[in-house]
Amino acid sequence: MWKTILRRVILMIPQIIILSLFIFLLAKMMPGDPFTGLITPNTSPSQIAKLRQEAGLNNPWYVQYVSWVGRAFHGDFGMSYAMQRPVTEIIGERAVNTLYLAILSVIITYVIAIPFGVWAGRYEGTWIDTSIQFYNFISMSTPSFVVYLLAIAAFGFGLKWFPTSGSVSVSASGFFGIIASRIYHIILPSILIGILTNASTVQYLRSGIVDNKLEDYVKTARSKGVPERVVFNRHILRNSLLPIAAFFGNVITGLLGGAIFAETIFSYPGMGKLFIDSVNGRDYSVMTALVLLYGILTLLGNLLSDIIMSIVDPRIRID
Amino acid sequence: MADTKKKQQTDAKGNPIVSAPPSGLRVILREFTHDKAAMAAFIIMMVIILGAVIGSFFVPSSRYTDVNILQQWAKPGTNGYLLGGDDGGRDVLSSLIVGMRNSIAIGWCVAILIEIIGITVGLLSGYFGGWVDNILMRITDFFMILPALMIQIVVITIVSRFNIWVLIIMITALGWMSTARLYRAAVLSQAKRDYVLASKTSGSNSFRIMFLEVLPNISSLLLVDTTLSFATSVGIETGLTYLGFGLPDTTPSIGRLISYASDPVSMQQYPWSWLPATLMLIVLSLSVNYVGKALQRAADSRQRLG
Repeated sequence: MWKTILRRVILMIPQIIILSLFIFLLAKMMPGDPFTGLITPNTSPSQIAKLRQEAGLNNPWYVQYVSWVGRAFHGDFGMSYAMQRPVTEIIGERAVNTLYLAILSVIITYVIAIPFGVWAGRYEGTWIDTSIQFYNFISMSTPSFVVYLLAIAAFGFGLKWFPTSGSVSVSASGFFGIIASRIYHIILPSILIGILTNASTVQYLRSGIVDNKLEDYVKTARSKGVPERVVFNRHILRNSLLPIAAFFGNVITGLLGGAIFAETIFSYPGMGKLFIDSVNGRDYSVMTALVLLYGILTLLGNLLSDIIMSIVDPRIRID
Repeated sequence: MADTKKKQQTDAKGNPIVSAPPSGLRVILREFTHDKAAMAAFIIMMVIILGAVIGSFFVPSSRYTDVNILQQWAKPGTNGYLLGGDDGGRDVLSSLIVGMRNSIAIGWCVAILIEIIGITVGLLSGYFGGWVDNILMRITDFFMILPALMIQIVVITIVSRFNIWVLIIMITALGWMSTARLYRAAVLSQAKRDYVLASKTSGSNSFRIMFLEVLPNISSLLLVDTTLSFATSVGIETGLTYLGFGLPDTTPSIGRLISYASDPVSMQQYPWSWLPATLMLIVLSLSVNYVGKALQRAADSRQRLG
């Protein structure tokens, strides 16, 4: 198993190098440099030019790339042009909010996906299965941002059940008060994300159950006289849940990427909203850092999926 | 997909009356017309597409470009504003029709480009295998891990001379990967078939085999995947435009109409500005996707309704 994981990690290295090179070149195409954020009415152009020379911005691009990667490893992405603060600090503040949103969304996704997948697989071909399939079709086919908009219009502005912006209300006080306010702010977006992103998990689970129902070990168990409930729960379900565990990494990265629309529409101060704000404010250093961060998160999500898979399914290990 | 093809071919062989085997496409269309829900979805889809394309010829451009501040947020049904006016007193219905046409045109462009890239990569990869496959698939993997929406937004923002083609290219550049993988899998199952081997033995050119012999045998995929890619790219384009990184403000578009909902005031007080476009987009996405799924079922002999 360790061999598989090691191999998988080594395979990731060229991907990280190409990804960072790509984003570095993208960043080079953007106007401005790390010192644009330091320019105030009191700095003279010669000072900036001196700083640029000292920071090596006149070096060839590959030298700059190596030092950029070196700084990125230490979490140094320069200064925000717009906010005059270190980029890492700004992202750190927002990352916490996105994390809360992602955790609650994952919980809701699985709370919906697991029973739905089990029912659809168990009652394959019945109206239960058909309805779940139809629901999944709709959730996969509708562009998500439209659903967020309709929901915020109906439940946020119309019925006033949920707040329409922010992550925590200013009047909230006390430990539990603040937690309650936070949950109150993320509950509607998380429910929507959960409703819209469970389709692939449901389908994996359903087809796993449908396939496993016909396996020989299930027939063996039945012919031994094992009660149907035990056959389903212990034999069919347990084996069908394994791919779901492996799919976990992809779900996480999907949620982070999809949060851009949700955070923008719900004015939720997370990383997705920060990204859109930084693009609108032409805050190039924040933009670059976020793109790199999301790219690496996607890679790690895939890695996590593969590692989980090699733990739960010994067949794919390389020995 | 591999099994599909096998079944279709034996189906054709087992039919003594027809000398030329019914093409995959003909079988699919026959299946499709028997699926009532799919036909309904198809009709809805065609009504929207034809309505937008034909309707846009009858909409004078002054209706959606000329700002008339006196008619700002005109109520639906007043002064000839069937669906009301927007913040500049432009007619929402006209913007909706022309915007729909623009989104549909961009969607088709992207879908066609995606198919061209996907087929080329899939054919080369699946047919040649070996190092060609390895390199092409590593490139595909790389594109898969890119945060698509973010890269699209970043490139669209930093391109100095932005136009519709930049948008089309960006949506295509980050949307062809799953199509390429799909074709690769289909070609892989074809590449070891007897007819390919026979053609190779008789000295046919590789490109001839790929494009004239293998490609027609996977043509049913083309229909299914073009439809699904079209639906996806319309969604991505309107999403980008909604966020302000797609079509420019001066071009009527579904995304711009929907973005009236991002302002709480117009969202609550002037629902006619954004709600029709939102519902239209949902109906279009659902119907196109349903048609795509129905075609997919029809192409897969195991799922046929009979």
